[in-house]
Amino acid sequence: METFWFIALGFMLAMYVILDGFDLGAGIIHLFAAKSDDERRTVLNAIGPVWDGNEVWLLAAGGTLYFAFPKLYASSFSGFYLPLMIVLWLLMLRAIGIEFRHRIHHPMWKSFWDVTFAVASILLTIFFGAALGNVVRGVPLNAEGYFFEPLWTTFTVVPEAGILDWFTVLMGLVAFTTLTAHGANFIAMKTEGELQQRLRVIAAKAWWGVLATSILALLATSVIRPEIWDNYTGSPWGFIFPLIGLSSWIGGVYYRAKQNDTRAFLSSTAFIAGMAASTAFGLFPNVLPASTGSQYNLTIYNTAAPAYGLGVGLVWWSIGMAIALAYFGYLFYSFRGKLKLPAEGEGY
Amino acid sequence: MEDALIVHRLQFAFTVMFHYLFPQLTMGLGLLIVILKGLALRKKDERYNDSARFWAKIFAVNFAVGVVTGIPMEFQFGTNWAKFSAFAGGVIGQTLAMEGVFAFFLESSFLGLFLFGEKKLGPKGHFFAAFMVFLGSWISGFFIIATNAWMQNPVAYQVAADSTVALASFWGLLTNPWVGWQYLHNMLGSVITAAFVMSAVGAYYLLANRDVEHGKIFVQIGVIAGLAASILVAFPTGDGQGKNVAKYQPVTLAAMEGLFETKEGAELILIGQPDMDKLKIDNPIHIPRMLSFLTYNRWRAEVKGLDAFPRENWPTNIPLLYYSYHIMVGLGTIFIAIMAVAAFLLWKRKLYSTRWVLWILMLSFPFPYIANITGWMTAELGRQPWLVYGLMRTADGVSPTVSAGNGLFTLLGFMGMYTLLGLLFLFLVMREVFHGPAFSVTSDQYSVSN
Repeated sequence: METFWFIALGFMLAMYVILDGFDLGAGIIHLFAAKSDDERRTVLNAIGPVWDGNEVWLLAAGGTLYFAFPKLYASSFSGFYLPLMIVLWLLMLRAIGIEFRHRIHHPMWKSFWDVTFAVASILLTIFFGAALGNVVRGVPLNAEGYFFEPLWTTFTVVPEAGILDWFTVLMGLVAFTTLTAHGANFIAMKTEGELQQRLRVIAAKAWWGVLATSILALLATSVIRPEIWDNYTGSPWGFIFPLIGLSSWIGGVYYRAKQNDTRAFLSSTAFIAGMAASTAFGLFPNVLPASTGSQYNLTIYNTAAPAYGLGVGLVWWSIGMAIALAYFGYLFYSFRGKLKLPAEGEGY
Repeated sequence: MEDALIVHRLQFAFTVMFHYLFPQLTMGLGLLIVILKGLALRKKDERYNDSARFWAKIFAVNFAVGVVTGIPMEFQFGTNWAKFSAFAGGVIGQTLAMEGVFAFFLESSFLGLFLFGEKKLGPKGHFFAAFMVFLGSWISGFFIIATNAWMQNPVAYQVAADSTVALASFWGLLTNPWVGWQYLHNMLGSVITAAFVMSAVGAYYLLANRDVEHGKIFVQIGVIAGLAASILVAFPTGDGQGKNVAKYQPVTLAAMEGLFETKEGAELILIGQPDMDKLKIDNPIHIPRMLSFLTYNRWRAEVKGLDAFPRENWPTNIPLLYYSYHIMVGLGTIFIAIMAVAAFLLWKRKLYSTRWVLWILMLSFPFPYIANITGWMTAELGRQPWLVYGLMRTADGVSPTVSAGNGLFTLLGFMGMYTLLGLLFLFLVMREVFHGPAFSVTSDQYSVSN
């Protein structure tokens, strides 16, 4: 039962990274790739109908974490207090950047929200990567299962390290390159002409950045937390997940060279899914390892809610997910194909 | 951790009250937009579609601010109230997660379709999208009320070995006797807000002699929905909610009503100031025996006063609770009066030319916001000193590792961020209102503003 919820939570988080990932990627490339007002409107309209729904995956994952693993939720949310609050403010700024930009047609108004949207997207991406880095590295949990991390200390990996050290910043860069490529692939798929050409170039370059940062992160993880390999040596079938990641990366290079935008986008999607599954497989059954000693590790077993609640949840969660996936299928189907830029001010 | 407790409470109160300014309009306006879209379908009158588009723009700005201010609420359960989350997450995590899975996906997917897809969907499809957005917001409201109801009146739980609570009956959680009246009472409160906002904008157009055709539609729909909701919010829902408080939280009822001593045939206090030193109400204006009748349907029934309960179980801020409750009830009574007069004139076909009533309609839209916020404060202050009524004290639910300084830092951050958001929101909505619905004339390009 706990294992099911571990997978369910991993699924929802992976959906979030894949879906909101291209929105965040769109934000990263917004200032650099889209030069004119028309191009910037194109980028925003490409994610306009879907970004809000994409972000809901984060909220739904948060709710699911709360109900399935209440002690993990309590410990991690209070321990990561400052970075989560900063994430909240960035999410707000980014959302109102998208929502408010098109309401007034004045160059200064638009520039202000363009910069807000782009900067918030970049910082959020790096923070999300660093958050994953913290989970992989471990946090200073005490005997009651709580901790508190400052934002940074000396940037070295020590038991009392802050949120940001060299390892978590490296993970932030992995997220940055991955979502840049992912977002550029998505927007290239939705557009035509000069903007599309520029995005294809960005995606191709970022895709090599993904390889470089991922290899560095892999080596660093093996040094900092060699236990991550235990599950793989114990059950070698797990190597299928990194293999999915690697073959998706090769597919990404191939389809990028062929200028096949849809398949390039599907490759970055599969890459994210593969890498997320690889990380989850390495961590299992830990969900928040302790840097203070493995006896304090939070695992799916010592943080899960009792069986009755989890069992009831299984029923409604499955129904809810089936419906949600149907909405998303319908939504993406309705807005499929190349984007035709609406007249100034249209939309709503 | 005493300082930290105060900071965490202030932060939650501030963020939740600011947040609640937005969903109350979303939930009510969602319904009114469905009515406008329905009238457009039935009457084949393009003015109703223009109206729906106009309100959709305001809805969109409001929804966006509602979403971004709502995300912190879900986070803060864990960040600021970690002990509470670890204790109760196995129960109320259910309803909070269900809100995400059943309401947020519905709302957000169909909002994208509603705002961006009018031409793609056609009139019936667009009506359907509007309906689904409305449905999503009302489902969302249900799960939040169900969560709050469990904190007010915990049911369907059992205490587990590690002294946290575990869910014992899923059905029991959803059918908590506290849920029904509170949910309907809340939803009607949000319909009142939307109705007053809509009739205020309509009254402004009529008074300013511009967009008169749309102004009439806004006033008409606003007044009819406003009258119906104002009556229903008082009776039966407000009355039913009051009886629930009397039954499950009698000490809260005594504090709300300012009843310090247990009495047979207790009076209903309309106005007066609680004096916490002398434990009495100063300058009371009251109706004899009315409280006994309202609570138990008998004029001579005994109502327990605060003196019947140990002092450590009294709500922590009785004057604020008392005033919140009385402001809510007083405003609710005024809403019925305003809307009854307006509806009478509407029926007599005189409303659109009776300027003094239009002035009142235009100026009174802030008051439902105040009534809804004070209603929420009544519920939350009334629950104190408990975080989960009878099970966990507020002081025991706070995060053990987050210091007062860190809490203050984020409280100030939220205040700054929300000031920015509030100003931008007002600016953008005022701008839409001044542009007016006439700018939404054709369906091909309905937003040629600027």
